[in-house]
Amino acid sequence: MEPEKSSNGANHYQNVACPFCGILCDDLEIGPSGSGLKVLKNGCVKSVAGFERPLTEPKPQVDGKDVSLDEAIATAARLIRESRLPAFGGLGTDVDGVRAVIALAEKGGGVVDHALSDAQYRNFRVLQSSGWVTTTLTEARNRADLFIIAGSDVHKLHPRFFERVVCNEASMFSDNPPKRTVVFLGEGLDQSAVTGKERIGEVVTLPVKAERIAEVLDAMRALNKGVTIPGGDIGGLPRAAVDDLLARCKAASYGVVVWAPPSLGFPSADLTVQAISEFVKDINLTSRFAGLALGGNEGAVSAGAVCGWQSGFPLRVSFASGKPDYDADRYAISRMLFAKETDLLLWLASFSPDLTPPDTDVPMILLGMPSVKPARTPKVYIPVGTPGVDHAGVMVRVDNVVSLPLRKLRQSNLPSAASVLEKIEAAL
Amino acid sequence: MLIKLTGGKVYDPANGVDGEVRDIFIENGRIVSPEPTAKVDHEYALHGRVIMAGGIDPHSHIGGGKMTIARMMLPEDHIGNEVARTELTRAGVGHAVPSTMTTGYRYAEMGYTAAFEPAMLPANARQAHMEMADTSIIDKGAFVMLGSDDFFLRQLAGKADFSAIKDYIAWTMHAAQAIAVKVVNPGGISAFKFNQRKLDLNEKHTYYGVTPRDIIVTLARGLNELGVVHPLHIHGCNLGVPGGYETTLETIRGAEGLPIHLTHIQFHSYGTEGDKKFSSAAAQIAEAVNANKNVSCDVGQVMFGQTCTASGDSMRQFVNTRSADPKKWVVMDIECDAGCGVVPFKYRDKSFVNALQWAIGLELFLLVNDPWRLFLTTDHPNGGPFTWYPHLIRLLMDKNFRRDMMQKINQDALQYSTLGSLDREYSLYEIAIMTRAGPAKSLGLVDRGHLGVGAWADITVYDDNPDREAMFTTPELLFKNGELIVRNGKIVKVVNGGTHVARPNYDRGIERSLNRYFEDFHTVRMDNFRLSDDEIINGGRGSLIIQPTRARAA
Repeated sequence: MEPEKSSNGANHYQNVACPFCGILCDDLEIGPSGSGLKVLKNGCVKSVAGFERPLTEPKPQVDGKDVSLDEAIATAARLIRESRLPAFGGLGTDVDGVRAVIALAEKGGGVVDHALSDAQYRNFRVLQSSGWVTTTLTEARNRADLFIIAGSDVHKLHPRFFERVVCNEASMFSDNPPKRTVVFLGEGLDQSAVTGKERIGEVVTLPVKAERIAEVLDAMRALNKGVTIPGGDIGGLPRAAVDDLLARCKAASYGVVVWAPPSLGFPSADLTVQAISEFVKDINLTSRFAGLALGGNEGAVSAGAVCGWQSGFPLRVSFASGKPDYDADRYAISRMLFAKETDLLLWLASFSPDLTPPDTDVPMILLGMPSVKPARTPKVYIPVGTPGVDHAGVMVRVDNVVSLPLRKLRQSNLPSAASVLEKIEAAL
Repeated sequence: MLIKLTGGKVYDPANGVDGEVRDIFIENGRIVSPEPTAKVDHEYALHGRVIMAGGIDPHSHIGGGKMTIARMMLPEDHIGNEVARTELTRAGVGHAVPSTMTTGYRYAEMGYTAAFEPAMLPANARQAHMEMADTSIIDKGAFVMLGSDDFFLRQLAGKADFSAIKDYIAWTMHAAQAIAVKVVNPGGISAFKFNQRKLDLNEKHTYYGVTPRDIIVTLARGLNELGVVHPLHIHGCNLGVPGGYETTLETIRGAEGLPIHLTHIQFHSYGTEGDKKFSSAAAQIAEAVNANKNVSCDVGQVMFGQTCTASGDSMRQFVNTRSADPKKWVVMDIECDAGCGVVPFKYRDKSFVNALQWAIGLELFLLVNDPWRLFLTTDHPNGGPFTWYPHLIRLLMDKNFRRDMMQKINQDALQYSTLGSLDREYSLYEIAIMTRAGPAKSLGLVDRGHLGVGAWADITVYDDNPDREAMFTTPELLFKNGELIVRNGKIVKVVNGGTHVARPNYDRGIERSLNRYFEDFHTVRMDNFRLSDDEIINGGRGSLIIQPTRARAA
């Protein structure tokens, strides 16, 4: 995968994987523009913002004053050594970054958790209590004839999902693939990406509050089992609309329910994921159906996967005793900061300035891309590069099957988070 | 540095050495034959000890998405089984589905130096290799799954030129960094996506119109003509189905004499006799294996207790979800490539079915004559975790122990098995074949699995304890590439193992159609689908061990 030279001699790359959302599109074309990079093909609002962000190379700092990298690393190591229970959070990084942070947390006796774990745990809790039938992006793209978008603003989280997985014109199983039905089950969901598209037959809008989606799924599950449900509306939807949706599900040759946990931001949303998953399981007794969970931006999927295979648990693990100790409630770093159960926060954010560290008076070591702006001056600040832009790497895609190689696209002196973390570990 | 292992009893079946007292010399990681005058730098006095090559597990699910799904799904598997970090070793957890580093340590502590992940999906190969890279000490390798992937099925249904099919098989082995090819429920994983719920050997796939038999013969012949040493690794149709033994016999007949490896045959040896319509057909299967020299197998022995089944066979695993214990499970359709099913399971010694499964596995071990064609596995973790191996070895070597264990299980089950009438006891020589020399030969591992001059010094030293379970649980010494790794069951040094791959020749022209296929249908580009060597080597964390293939025929 050597870069091809463009006419002006600067690097020009094809089939570039984009780390700026959980879908990891890998068909981007990127070339030079002035001193920076430009997305030439297959971009979206997130990838353009990510790849075209100008390179800045600030100095590491201790207490707001510029220092050498060695000094910043030595200070970070001392803070971790002196900490009673350090918290390793954010975790916006690639596979090697997660590997390095877990090794450091083990040695430093700390807790690991990702900034977006609250959302991921809407899925993990279901995985750990009842499970599911799911599919992956390529399978859905070629096979599905019915998509149900459940309460999730998919287009905002993943600007190319509909283009690549729902509106694609070619399909493996037919030269003239049947038109697809897309059901938006929820309020105020952006439908623009399917409007007027050749591949889309019907678009059905069922405006139900996100908190009540589970009622609709549970009712369909009961109806499918032959239970009589008295009364009119279900989950705020007319009864006829629910009957019609169930009929569509049973008639589909391959239906897919799509949800994005970050969109389900209400209490006990895991029960909504469970209602979806149990409904999908039941439909599979007679025909084929699958769930497809999206989200997983900011490296959340890679963090969960690597922590899963290395520690056995999907984040929220403490290594304080030397052994992995798992508690999905106790070791939520946001809760620990609030309860002052940690005395040091190491925050890692290498993809976007959106992953701002929490505003806390707990001392902080920030490993951040230069545009991450903390509310308070961190004790130690070490600027790090973005995987897939400043250095190579690998990330795991949102379906937890595919992982993709990321390339170094520009000359940059920003170190990878993994290399900084390894040096801190060595200095402990 | 010249190391001498003095006076041990050597069991090295690849060189026909059966318990002879011999000295072994190690230099620069390999076994050597030094000049008589050479100065020995370090000597280990091993009089009375048993020496074998490092153990090689040819079928153990240690890496890949389905294992991490299982790990994340089962915190209850880990709690109480945590392992603390030490100055040498990393923290970890697990019983049935241990974390990656812990997996490597446990294999090494048990005297093993290699394990092979048998179900790597091409679409998940990168993650499988990352997990294996984090599996400490042991060497590893993976069998890439084909046969339910749409590119292959389109080739087969479209009557593609056979050489193009071979090119695709070889390309996939390169792209996924594999050493062998496995087929799982041939065509059945794809058929399940079209809502077929079973696919017998001669039944047509509803969309592609091809049969599992077509798929098996095509892949087996393809691999044979590509010169890949390990034959097609077959997880057959109808896993776990009472009466499935007939499919297994038909699969052997259908192979038309081509080399095939039937994996976890225990799960494919069930008859339908008796009140419960579930009986052992191990005798028929063993007879067929004995008669057909083109067939090798591993057992997939069931062990009692909690485990988790994890398979590419989404079609059969969806049926097995009814028996999930605890009641949670995952079934996935994957990437127009494969599928998976992760179903926790508890084998109970008082259950008629589970007790009979246990007996059937042991019958197969005792009735198949040739240990060079039968390998010791539990299909980790499907029949039980690999940490059961020492217990299993004792069951095979000690008939009184076996009889004692038979007293503890459901007695009705024994009426449907011949186990009670079998007196065979395995010798140490035969155990060394089944756990080292046989897998190494079958997988085509050069300079591994034996103790002859030139071999890599992967060496296990055991106390010759009459309690064979104790003996195989805690080896006294383990050397990996000549370095002392384990002493008295404790790790004294940690190294990174290598990754075995095989690279049959192919015509790069296949990439034209593959590239178009990926661009038209996939969500990943061909160039990104393929794993580079650098990804395995990863700055020195890993290494590649390229095993030879025979010359390609046409």
